[in-house]
Amino acid sequence: MTKVKKALITAAGILFWLIVWQIAAVRLNSKILLVSPAEVVKRLAELVPTGGFWRSVLFSAGRILLGFALGLSCGCLLAWGMGKSRVIRALLSPLISAMKSIPVASFTILALIWIGSKDLSVLVSFLICVPIVCANMLEGIDSLDPKLKEMSGVFKIPLGRRFIGVYLSQLLPYFRSASRLAIGLCWKSGVAAEVIGIPDGSIGEKLFESKVYLETADLFAWTLAIILLSWLCEKVFVTLIGLLQRRVERM
Amino acid sequence: MLKAVNITKKFGDNTVLDNFSREFADGRVTAVLGKSGCGKSTLLNVLMGLIKPDGGEILRGENERISAVFQEDRLCENLTASANIRLVTGRRYTREQIAAELAAVGLADCADKPVRELSGGMKRRTALLRALLAEYDTLFLDEPFKGLDADTKRIVLDYCRRKTEGKTVVFVTHDRDECAAFADEIIELGAED
Repeated sequence: MTKVKKALITAAGILFWLIVWQIAAVRLNSKILLVSPAEVVKRLAELVPTGGFWRSVLFSAGRILLGFALGLSCGCLLAWGMGKSRVIRALLSPLISAMKSIPVASFTILALIWIGSKDLSVLVSFLICVPIVCANMLEGIDSLDPKLKEMSGVFKIPLGRRFIGVYLSQLLPYFRSASRLAIGLCWKSGVAAEVIGIPDGSIGEKLFESKVYLETADLFAWTLAIILLSWLCEKVFVTLIGLLQRRVERM
Repeated sequence: MLKAVNITKKFGDNTVLDNFSREFADGRVTAVLGKSGCGKSTLLNVLMGLIKPDGGEILRGENERISAVFQEDRLCENLTASANIRLVTGRRYTREQIAAELAAVGLADCADKPVRELSGGMKRRTALLRALLAEYDTLFLDEPFKGLDADTKRIVLDYCRRKTEGKTVVFVTHDRDECAAFADEIIELGAED
């Protein structure tokens, strides 16, 4: 299937659901229960030129992405340790499994007690990101081909070149899928944490306010902004990893 | 200098190599010929130091560099054919030189293709080229022409002969024609399957 055809099919799918949404909004005829897509876009267009919108975006995006970056680094480091040592693996496996199953709300309340609300989303994004990255990278490390390691030894390939050509080239696909999954979840959990902790000037605070004042159009507009930001972050990050993969592929 | 002295290797109750001794002549291509399962690959791996023998020893020059085509291709699937070679050669060859060498074995369009997209025969030739372009004193080849059609094999054999002139090569095969075309000396391992 060509790229254009794929894009057209995706666009048709989106259009279908927008029409369903529009019809539902017209039939309900209640701006508190459901606003129409056009009203959401109009509200978002009103918010975007304001300084408050960008301050909230910067506040939340900065913290969520910081948590994501720290989670990526820590997840990779833990996976490396678990791949290297059976003792570390035995010690950390239950912790990683527990982190995967603990609800975001529990993390959030615990984080509120520990660090307060301002940097709440950093910690929550971090805690969500670590087990995803760690599990994916560990799977990659476990599937590293030992015969390639032996080959590197026979040819006495220098360490740096060996790391890039033999290990990184095998692990990048795992890193790519881990970060793709984690970045979306970091946004979701980070904003959810902000709604619970209500740090001043965050997107979560805006969502909370829209709930309190029954501003459904605001709620939808901010939600759309979060979806777009999350999508943009994922696209940028995955593109960067793709570029790195192509660079490694050609060495 | 490469010498195997009283090499014995068992896998369980199966004795694959029994007191095998042989000196491999410097600067010559020695073929190890035999049927599948007779211990050719085991002997090659013992000579390379990848498998520890149960008895005997391998005598090799100090700091001797080796190169190899393994039983499997052992290529990095996510690297291009050219990058797989550069991984081993470093900057001794430019991209253009590697592309020219690839073209010489019929892989003109494969330099920038990831190995995962290549056919079995293409991968084998890439693995062979990687071994031939590496810096080595002794070259070990385990069925290097496996999966090549007759015409390609002829081209590759000719290329190998040119590239290994004056080099010490130990080469494992079950094909007498390959021995005749490439080897200076032949060792026949007699065990049956």
